Amino acid sequence: MTMLYDHILIRYGELSLKGKNRKVFINQLHENVRHQLKDFPSVKIKSGRDRMSILLNGADPQAIIDICRFIFGIQSLSLAIKTENNEVAIKEAALYALKEVENVRTFKVTTKRGDKDFPIDSQTFNHVIGAHLLKNTENITVNVHQPDVEIHIDIRKGATFITSARYPGAGGLPVGTSGKSLLLLSGGIDSPVAGYLAMRRGVKIEAIHFHSPPYTSEASKQKVLDLAEKLAEFGHEVNVHIVPFTAMQQKIHREIPHGYSMTVMRRMMLKISEVVAKQRNILSITTGESLGQVASQTMESMHAINAVTAFPIIRPLIAIDKNAIIQTAKEIGTYPISIRPFEDCCTVFVPKAPKTKPKLDKVTCFESQLDLSHELDELLENIKVVTVFGNKSDDLMQDLF
Amino acid sequence: MIYFDNSATTKPSQEVLDSFLTVSEAYYGNASSAHQFGLDADKLLRKSHQQAGQIMNVAPTEIIFTSGGTEGNNLAIKGVALAYQKRGKHIITTTIEHPSVLSACRALEELGFSVTYLPVNQSGVVEIESVKEALQDDTILVSIMHVNNELGSIQPIKEIGELLKNRPTTYFHVDDIQGFGKVSLDLKSSNVDLCSISGHKIHGLKGTGLLYVKEGIRLFPLFHGGGQQTDKRSGTENLAGIVSLVRAMRLITEQKMHHPDYLDHLNQQLRQQLQDIPEVVINTPDGQAPHILNFSIPAYKPEVVLHALEENHIFVSTKSACSSKRTDESAVLRAIQLPRERTTSALRVSFSFQNTDGEIELFVRVLKRIIKELSKVMG
Repeated sequence: MTMLYDHILIRYGELSLKGKNRKVFINQLHENVRHQLKDFPSVKIKSGRDRMSILLNGADPQAIIDICRFIFGIQSLSLAIKTENNEVAIKEAALYALKEVENVRTFKVTTKRGDKDFPIDSQTFNHVIGAHLLKNTENITVNVHQPDVEIHIDIRKGATFITSARYPGAGGLPVGTSGKSLLLLSGGIDSPVAGYLAMRRGVKIEAIHFHSPPYTSEASKQKVLDLAEKLAEFGHEVNVHIVPFTAMQQKIHREIPHGYSMTVMRRMMLKISEVVAKQRNILSITTGESLGQVASQTMESMHAINAVTAFPIIRPLIAIDKNAIIQTAKEIGTYPISIRPFEDCCTVFVPKAPKTKPKLDKVTCFESQLDLSHELDELLENIKVVTVFGNKSDDLMQDLF
Repeated sequence: MIYFDNSATTKPSQEVLDSFLTVSEAYYGNASSAHQFGLDADKLLRKSHQQAGQIMNVAPTEIIFTSGGTEGNNLAIKGVALAYQKRGKHIITTTIEHPSVLSACRALEELGFSVTYLPVNQSGVVEIESVKEALQDDTILVSIMHVNNELGSIQPIKEIGELLKNRPTTYFHVDDIQGFGKVSLDLKSSNVDLCSISGHKIHGLKGTGLLYVKEGIRLFPLFHGGGQQTDKRSGTENLAGIVSLVRAMRLITEQKMHHPDYLDHLNQQLRQQLQDIPEVVINTPDGQAPHILNFSIPAYKPEVVLHALEENHIFVSTKSACSSKRTDESAVLRAIQLPRERTTSALRVSFSFQNTDGEIELFVRVLKRIIKELSKVMG
């Protein structure tokens, strides 16, 4: 008889902690997994109280594991075989599970006997299975302390599950369980990481990008869309609101004393973001700010800039070192996009010496003398929304490969 | 027509040609240009890196697109040798490598490098012990092919990789031009640092190929210029070629996945039927690459047999196309110590997934007839 891994076991992350909301979480995770696996029509997803199983029905298990490893809300995954509760079948499946793992020298068997009607106790059964594996393999020995592979045998009422390799999941909460946030997405290294971390806490994101053609190039806009596409891989499609910012930026640059123009510009960005968020029923704004990194991210600057909105601002990176941010950016694949050499050409507008300690009363005073309402209306009317999908599902180019 | 010379080159598949044409028509921008047209090309280029990386199970940034196998082998060997010559000047390779490896090594000898050319055993396989013995403190590169192009012998790449695993200053290059898509090789678990592939051996186009270069390895470029491909290979990327290559890689990988035993089946069929012809001796040992079968008809001039087959619209080769114009003796067959009557009378049949059982039967029937006819003159 040929045996195959017939399903994948998914262990929930923090979901088990959330008493009442458990159902919401499990449903959302189910939905997210289904969404990510839509290219595999044969698979069936079954969610239980403690874990989820994906019935493969012939689909390539490794491909599915590779996708599920990046879905938030999953603590770990294992390939599994389901057998009847009898010794012969379990022996055969355990041997298969061991042989499927490459480069194994040592193993250990761990039996959990949930079904007390099963006639052999777990300790004895470990020995029975261990002996069977030793007899039927070569150059593989038992090591109970540091085995290369641990064969788990989970004997439950009605069926036994045999698993070997355990893959770590991405952790966090399923995207969609913590509401929506509007992410200020520049082409830099920080903001996509901030978006990723928010998503890992279950947030669904939309993105907003301020575009100032011809000072900022098409290339920098494409960069932002590519970053959003990367983020979409961790959850659902991402709407990117592209704000034509040139006219407003020019006016600020012209009218506001140079030391303060950057502060005012940032305030306008938040103000516009708030309007967009309200239109989209989004309850918060997420930024990639990290304390002390640049002039706009000093305590004084953040105080002066933040005062423009009453919206909660999520700053996942606020206390994280640049090196750690770069590390995460590399792990999630946004780093190579962020460092593409198309700087956002916005530098034209950056004053030579922006105030690192702007005063809020001065800022409001300068702003009160400046009427930006015309530019604001004009710009709000011309926001373009581009929806990007994760790499896996899109696009015309894909057909070429 | 029966085409049994797939190790020389293959027929480009229609899908590959379609991709080449579409990209040439719709994405002819320069991937380095800043306008939308260039950006689309750049995006497609990045997708190509991604897809190729996925197929080879390596990172997208570890792929350098080349003009084919010869460039890949040269870039790997000269690139590593020149970049790391301060570390050492010793290189190890084998006597049965493709001329693009052997000639590159000989050229480096002229520049002051020393090269060990390892012999192979009678099956055409390099002994792991001989690699171990050849290693010196100043060995910076080991370059060994995966599948031999004339004989089809498979080299113990995984074992050699294991041997070199704890030698961070010795890089391991594998010429996988004959093996890719036919004999599996997992680069990461085999500790391979560089690996060359060619498009036209897998139903892709001539002038396409790639070199896998493990993250962190420097190469002294063959081409200096605009800094494309992380400065390792300057020159405007041949985007249409690149996309078509990746498609060819995907197609052959899928074919192998869906029909893992097909080439082997063809090989066994031909082997069995050739064994019935008393004049024929099979040179390729059992258990080697499934798509190559080398055999000799001692006392029969192979060129004559080749042309006689050609008259019947059957195409095979004598030795490999790359070296068949030189002497009358196969260096690879000499390396496995076959007698001269066999090294001078060898023919090579090489299959693709497009060949069939029927073609093999017809080929054997025609070959029998040819031997019979020629025996009057030569046998």
